[in-house]
Amino acid sequence: MHAVPINHFLILAAILFGLGVVGVVSRRNAIVIFMSIELMLNAVNLTFISFSNYLNDIEGQIFVFMVMVVAAAEVAVGLAIIVAIFRLRETVHVDDIKLLKW
Amino acid sequence: MVELILFWIFALLAVGGAFGVVVHPNPAKSALLLVLTFFALAGEYVLLMAHFIAIVHVAVYAGAIMVLFLFVIMLLNVPEETRTSRLWGIMRYAGFTLAILLFAEIGYFGFKGFQTAYVQETDLGTVERIGQALFSKYVLPFEIASILLLVAMLGALYLSKRKLEIVGDGKTAPAGKKTEEVLVEE
Amino acid sequence: MSLELLTILIAALKVVVVISLVLVTVMILTLMERKISGWIQNRYGPNRVGWGGILQPVADGVKFFTKEDIIPGHVDRFLYLMAPAIALVPALMTFAIVPFGDQMNFFLFGHEITLQFQLVDLNVGILYFVSIASLGVYGLIVGGFGSNNKYSMLGGLRSSAQMISYEIPMGLSIIAVVMLSGSLRLNDVVMDQAGLWNVVRQPLGFIIFVVAAFAETNRLPFDLPEAEQELVGGYHTEYSSMKFSSFMIAEYSNLITSSALITTLYFGGWQVPGLELLSLPIWLEQFLQILAFLVKTSFFIFLYMWVRWTFPRFRYDQLMNLGWKSMLPLALLNIVLTGAWIAYF
Repeated sequence: MHAVPINHFLILAAILFGLGVVGVVSRRNAIVIFMSIELMLNAVNLTFISFSNYLNDIEGQIFVFMVMVVAAAEVAVGLAIIVAIFRLRETVHVDDIKLLKW
Repeated sequence: MVELILFWIFALLAVGGAFGVVVHPNPAKSALLLVLTFFALAGEYVLLMAHFIAIVHVAVYAGAIMVLFLFVIMLLNVPEETRTSRLWGIMRYAGFTLAILLFAEIGYFGFKGFQTAYVQETDLGTVERIGQALFSKYVLPFEIASILLLVAMLGALYLSKRKLEIVGDGKTAPAGKKTEEVLVEE
Repeated sequence: MSLELLTILIAALKVVVVISLVLVTVMILTLMERKISGWIQNRYGPNRVGWGGILQPVADGVKFFTKEDIIPGHVDRFLYLMAPAIALVPALMTFAIVPFGDQMNFFLFGHEITLQFQLVDLNVGILYFVSIASLGVYGLIVGGFGSNNKYSMLGGLRSSAQMISYEIPMGLSIIAVVMLSGSLRLNDVVMDQAGLWNVVRQPLGFIIFVVAAFAETNRLPFDLPEAEQELVGGYHTEYSSMKFSSFMIAEYSNLITSSALITTLYFGGWQVPGLELLSLPIWLEQFLQILAFLVKTSFFIFLYMWVRWTFPRFRYDQLMNLGWKSMLPLALLNIVLTGAWIAYF
């Protein structure tokens, strides 16, 4: 018998999402900001899976699958961008790259 | 009962790891803590009977994405974050306020509707069920996802391609013209 | 004794037996590798400790335990100490899904027990292997990064790129096997090969899997992360005593697991063709099956050592070219061919 209420998972997801937001807002290192975004995506995944179980519907898990695909694509492109910026400016500190041109 | 204990262990690990990601000044350790969080989340997925997603989550996030992050961190030799910007104080408070607001909102709805709902025993998360759904009803999104991956791959290749040209003093430098244009658009 | 208690006890016993078997095999392998390298290079190998050098692993163990445990001053202490553990845990975890015998029914304390010769019979067994095997790289990366040393750092960088590159052909060659068996459960894969082993049906996939497994375990043609001549010791340059030996145990357990998986996926696992025709008593048949599994696995372990002392190391660009430009397209071709074969027959 499973004894874990669904709302436990939802609140855990909310906390993780909140921590991700804190990371994005407060950190200045582009890579750490990126990791915080991953954290937020994962919090959303947890919510999707909780609701998938609650509604007994597979759609939530399919959506998580799609989120993972998007996350993988995002990481590939995003890290390539960070490396390209580092080549130009020798920094990953977002305050140093706030000017969009050179 | 066992499930509840496991839930709390995984939840504490996940929250602790996520907190570490956000506050640790060293990006490499942040990345490792994020791996810990992902493992804890995989445990939660297993508790939610989503076995396939749990294992794919470990393979994709812990096995590939975070290795890539660590690779880039090591490649760029990113230093610890010592410099704080002028905005750091304000930003921090703004972030925490925003986070607490989010907890409150989502937590409120979470408590409201799902307090009496428990995790159900289903075979929803097995490979067979996911595969049947992916290759019948959701085959179009699945194919589009593959095209998205292809586009991302090409984009990453294009961005990381280094064009070398000889500049005046004989030093080699990245030409950067095209790369820069792409960067501006992003 | 209740059935639940008995099940838990049997499961715990299996874990203890399998883990200690793996560790004992690692001990034997350290000796075997040196003996085989001696044999291949026309020299003696260790022959001083015990009878013909048979106690050499014990001597090595004692040496590792009693050596001074040095932590260099410039390392990142936490990462440096964590790395051997991070390397060791996934290496031992992957063996959990390998089936080394058919299931067996017997009576114990009045209960009918079904004993699986496998630690866990996961319905996502192969995916579990792929995902846990991909975690083995963390030990190397963390060790390389935590050592704060340029050689270690280069070793860690190389290993992360190498592992990511070779996971893909490995996974794709496994997909072709899964297409044939129609199940991700390793027991079903073994059952599926009752008539014909997968090495006959999947020759290309077998070659790709073996090459990728060599790269994943950092064994010699692909041991760039620890290339002695250029990187001193690579990721484990700064490690000594038991921490170094943890890395070694992890490497050898990875070797055992991948040999066992090559056997399971391509060489029929514990199947012996034509054994059921002999109509032997069931216990003897199962014993022979387990023995067959061990013999096949030992052969692949030997193959690893044979290759180690036969082929020179790849250059880094050759490694990447092989992975991305030859093995990945070949693995995709293999999937297409397998699909066509399934559709036609």
